[in-house]
Amino acid sequence: MAVATANQTIGPYWHLIEDASWADLTRFGAAGDRIVLTGTVTDGAGDRVTDAAIEIWQSSPPASPDFPAYGRCRTDGTGAFRFITLKPGPVAGVGNAQQAPHIAITIFARGLLQALTTRLYFQDEPLNETDPVLSLIEDAARRRTLIAQPVAPGAWHLDIRLQGDNETVFMEV
Amino acid sequence: MTTNTAPFRPMTAGSQPPNDTPEYGSTRLRHPTRPLLRIPQGVTETTSPIFAESRFPPIADLSMATGKPALGERIIVRGRVIDEDERPVPNTMIEIWQANAAGRYDHPGDQHDAPLDPNFHGEGRVFTDTDGWYQFVSVKPGSYPWGNHYNAWRPNHIHYSLFGTGFGQRLITQMYFPGDPLLALDPIYLSVPDPAARERLIARFDLDITAPARALGYRFDFVLRGRNATPIEQA
Repeated sequence: MAVATANQTIGPYWHLIEDASWADLTRFGAAGDRIVLTGTVTDGAGDRVTDAAIEIWQSSPPASPDFPAYGRCRTDGTGAFRFITLKPGPVAGVGNAQQAPHIAITIFARGLLQALTTRLYFQDEPLNETDPVLSLIEDAARRRTLIAQPVAPGAWHLDIRLQGDNETVFMEV
Repeated sequence: MTTNTAPFRPMTAGSQPPNDTPEYGSTRLRHPTRPLLRIPQGVTETTSPIFAESRFPPIADLSMATGKPALGERIIVRGRVIDEDERPVPNTMIEIWQANAAGRYDHPGDQHDAPLDPNFHGEGRVFTDTDGWYQFVSVKPGSYPWGNHYNAWRPNHIHYSLFGTGFGQRLITQMYFPGDPLLALDPIYLSVPDPAARERLIARFDLDITAPARALGYRFDFVLRGRNATPIEQA
């Protein structure tokens, strides 16, 4: 058996492969419930992380020729990112479990030797109460680090804290 | 078309660098301090985006950004993308980026006092064929200084990004070159605990890939995480 190749940091110069249009998952003409997702990334000192690559991937709505279901966005000079995508619905889980609507988030940056993975959920979704991943987090304050808040009609916001107070729950997949 | 939704096996101990690596100073305020939450793998983790060449056109020759040759030692990098069960990963996208031969990135954040090359940009994108093989042409990237510690220099390296067939396989890594004296001093390279896993990040010089009177050849294979044997669902 072969062993998976080691990860190494994306470094500060990954923008050489950046295509800013990738942050808009509706650019190929996907129809549906269009939403804007914004957020910031901060480090253990509370400083904004301005050189990260944020990726999102969602299994609902499913990927299609019109909808890549995947996006990538830089954090800007203020540590902020912004995606346009389609709002996910519930996702089948293991066995009969229903997963709440969610979007996978992967964070790459200088100083991260391998990616950090987390999930974004949406405030006020009844399925959040029984979601098999959220249910693994006993502390309600920790659980809230994954719940995006509505900031305007069709606009949701989630701040990601890499370290320290209110550190985001990161996951091993 | 079928979609494999079998979960990925855990990573082999020592094969991956811990994010808490004090020798690499930028990790200090960026690594999480809480243990990672182990989650069950569902369809979000076991499937991945599909990149079509029609929408993500290949850039397989980095050595001629303007149609004119870049400065530096021309190289061909060729290899395979396989999984831990040594099965080829076909039709998968590989993103590539690197410094020029003088050790300078064509990036506004790079202020190293080395020349830019108008004929070199440093961005590439290739796809594996049906047997998992890929190949591209470039120039050997130069070393460059960085601020991690006194007199710190990065070894020659090329950055890669791969997606595989599931988001749990996402890989971003760096390929190094054989015989580089800076490897033994580089905290990013040394962050991989297992020496054998680390050494697999070093390309091999390969005379069969070398093109006579044209370019030196290097072989570099990628291994993506393997899956547990079971479900394959019809998509």
